[in-house]
Amino acid sequence: MSSNTTDTSNETESTTDESSTLIETEVSVDSQRSQTPTETVVSATNLSVSYGEQRALSDVSIEIPENKVTAIIGPSGCGKSTFLRSINRMNDRIPSCSVDGELRFKGTNVYADHVDPVALRRTIGQVFQAPNPFPKSIYDNVAYGLRIQGKADDVDLDEAVERALRGAALWDEVDGQLEESGLDLSGGQQQRLCIARAIAPDPEVILMDEPTSALDPVAASKIEDLIDELVSEYTVIIVTHNMQQAARISDKTAVFLTGGELVEFDDTATVFENPADSRVEDYITGKFG
Amino acid sequence: MSTQRGDLFADIDLGREKLINRLFHGLLVAASLFGLVILVLLIADVIWESYQGLTTFNIDPVQFLTEPSSSRAERAGFGASIVASLWLMALTAVLAFAIAVGCAIYLVEYAPETRTTRLIEANLANLAGVPSIVYGLLVLALIVNDAGLGSVILAGAIALALLIVPIIIVASIEAIRAVPSSVRDGSYAMGATTWQTVRQVVLPQAMPGILTGTILALARAIGETAPLIMVGTMLHATRYPSGPLSSFSAMPTQIYNWTYQADRMFNGLAALGIVVLLVFLVVMYALAGYLRKKYETEGSITNV
Amino acid sequence: MSTEPQSGSGISGDDSLEDAHEKNKRVRRVLFGCATVTVVTTVAIFLVLFDNAASYFFGARISEMIAGGGIERTVTFTEFFTGTRWAPDHSTPAHGVLPIVWGTLAITIGAGLVSIPIGTATALYLSEYANTETRNKLKPLLEVLAGIPTIVYGYFAVSFLTPVVVGGIASNIINPTGAWLESVSFLAPFVIEPVAEWMMGVRVGRYSLLAGILVVGTMTIPMVSSISEDAMQAVPDDLRNGAYALGATKYQVSLRIVLPAAVSGIFASYILALSRAIGETMAVTLAAGFNANLTANPFDEIMTMTAYLVSMARGTSAVGTVEYQSLFAVGLLLFLMTLSMNLLNDRMKRRFQEEYR
Repeated sequence: MSSNTTDTSNETESTTDESSTLIETEVSVDSQRSQTPTETVVSATNLSVSYGEQRALSDVSIEIPENKVTAIIGPSGCGKSTFLRSINRMNDRIPSCSVDGELRFKGTNVYADHVDPVALRRTIGQVFQAPNPFPKSIYDNVAYGLRIQGKADDVDLDEAVERALRGAALWDEVDGQLEESGLDLSGGQQQRLCIARAIAPDPEVILMDEPTSALDPVAASKIEDLIDELVSEYTVIIVTHNMQQAARISDKTAVFLTGGELVEFDDTATVFENPADSRVEDYITGKFG
Repeated sequence: MSTQRGDLFADIDLGREKLINRLFHGLLVAASLFGLVILVLLIADVIWESYQGLTTFNIDPVQFLTEPSSSRAERAGFGASIVASLWLMALTAVLAFAIAVGCAIYLVEYAPETRTTRLIEANLANLAGVPSIVYGLLVLALIVNDAGLGSVILAGAIALALLIVPIIIVASIEAIRAVPSSVRDGSYAMGATTWQTVRQVVLPQAMPGILTGTILALARAIGETAPLIMVGTMLHATRYPSGPLSSFSAMPTQIYNWTYQADRMFNGLAALGIVVLLVFLVVMYALAGYLRKKYETEGSITNV
Repeated sequence: MSTEPQSGSGISGDDSLEDAHEKNKRVRRVLFGCATVTVVTTVAIFLVLFDNAASYFFGARISEMIAGGGIERTVTFTEFFTGTRWAPDHSTPAHGVLPIVWGTLAITIGAGLVSIPIGTATALYLSEYANTETRNKLKPLLEVLAGIPTIVYGYFAVSFLTPVVVGGIASNIINPTGAWLESVSFLAPFVIEPVAEWMMGVRVGRYSLLAGILVVGTMTIPMVSSISEDAMQAVPDDLRNGAYALGATKYQVSLRIVLPAAVSGIFASYILALSRAIGETMAVTLAAGFNANLTANPFDEIMTMTAYLVSMARGTSAVGTVEYQSLFAVGLLLFLMTLSMNLLNDRMKRRFQEEYR
């Protein structure tokens, strides 16, 4: 059903032959996977977020399924990233930020008084827009989460680092040079290192904030392939400004429009081919068609 | 064509304005050179007087560098003062560094937007403007006399540490703020606490900048004379200091005492002392510059 | 939003998380302690200076008064602030602080007359006229000037400025046949002789006000030039371009656009330089001397407040003597003077920041 979309994307974006066939197979897998019933892992009810007087997110209600890729798209300034950051409470770091409504992670309202944002962030990983490896060795970058979370003694650290790097499809490229600085890698490798860093402590959800926007198309397609593999173990919520990307990699798509409003949330194929809201259709066709 | 263009601007006479501009330019160049001329004169004067000291008064460089001072010019050396200054610097660095960096970390990474925070920040600017001699008075009253520590190296180090703590704080704040917030976000998103983030991510990256600031602050402290005089340093460093609780005369105070003497030979000794002091300063500035350069190139890689 | 660490169902913290939070809290307290050290220092300066200065005026420290010590007027405020002789350590003591306050002010004003025009001109040259290459060479050299310890300037005053520069000026004024005055010697009866007479015979001794002014003025040039230049660099280029597009010369842009736009930043640099001149100690002590004269003659020896502090500390004044107590009265006055300059500077800086935000 989404083969149409995939074709369009292959035409518009001149990816290599190899990657386009990958995307073909991906899509078929995706449509199969979306058949199986799943549980909700993150749900928002009337969630509003403001920065001082400025409202960034208004009355968002959404239920994000487990072990799926959920894409969040929309024009700049629509609150996509704000929504993402409100899931792991990274918005707490902005002093003027205030939150109303509920955001539940596995049934617990993460804004309840008794919830510790530090604990929350240990179960939800995040990958940022620009790769932000720490100025440490590749090994120390990946081991960082396990170390600060006090798990370094309980596991075989070398093994965990290797597993995470393999999971991030970086192992073959960095094997034997783990003591070199993470900053010496290329941009695409740095971003995969950040993904390895995020999955090393084995979180339940991975948030990705436009993870490919700072990368070249080849590096971006590697990340996309990787997301497709990650979703077998993790729930992935990805913000992207690239609608082809959303169509290629996601099972569900949420469309935010200016004012921080969630206007449509459905299976990706439905959103792109048969949106219920005419504004969504305008937005998608305006840029996509 | 060309004649026409000439006619077009013929009625605009810029001669006077151009003259004023050139005169003004000359005036500014002359003013800018003033500072340089003084610098050259100062260095030439010190070198000339040192040369005089070595030739006319036959000061033996080895004796100068190793012997303690004496009230008799021909037996006076700078060795005890050099050692006293090294003691002072080491103690000052130990006393000032941890407190200053701790304060900077608190202000950048922890401090809530409260009145206390604003008070601490406003107070920093004020402290940096307090004359150095006032720190000497404070230590004289509180540490030397009320606490009964006496005029020892430790008391001098406390005065110098109080003096440079604000300088190190300001430099450290700058270095810590220069760490990109994306790196902090990366750490917080992993579920790190503030201290884990600071300790493991922020400090390693800010450390070259903090060290540069600390070295520059110590370079300021090593030449400070007035606070040491207030603390009650010895007139002449006639013996080597035995430790932090020993009386002393550091390099700048010894230079002061020699400069103050009427005997011309003492002036030669003072000039040689200044050469030694300036060598220390050059080494410290070079070290700071090296660290800064290394830091800058590393910084550019971070901003991918 | 509460950030208190407590485990919630579903998002439970384990022991290691508790440990991490506990450690974070402990570190936070320690770091806050570090931050308060700076405030404690300021408070201590105030308390110690007031406490000890009190014994100069009242014969007992404030702490002793609280403990029930007797008060006995030793030095009256009237004598302190209006007396014109300063000799607390003399056998017939006098406690008029005016001569040393005057000494400080004379040095400060004189140094300002040197450093403000030269520093501002240097800043204008660096910011508006110099090309990048010149600028990159000149700026570090000026920074060297700022990095030289004050004791070295003091030595320079003793070994060069006083004998060569001040001595040269003085001998030319006393003796109108001096080379550079020969051509204008017809003016001698009208100008030079009266001036020399007014100075009542110039004797250039070891110390002079002029040497102090020259050395402190030179020391504070880099302060004026670097901070003024920063202020000038902060003036948006749009303003300059607007004026150049109207056909203005560099001279006009410098004086009519850049200077007015950067004025509060420039003034802040002046205040900072003057404040530094007030607190300057070693160079001034070695150049201007230890004699508390109320004089405007640039060739006379004077004493600044800082020089008094040095002269007292250099001698061995025992705790409890009036000399020891007077240190703190003078120190307090000095501190209050620089403090008010710093507060003024702070306000100027804030105003400047508001203008360009």
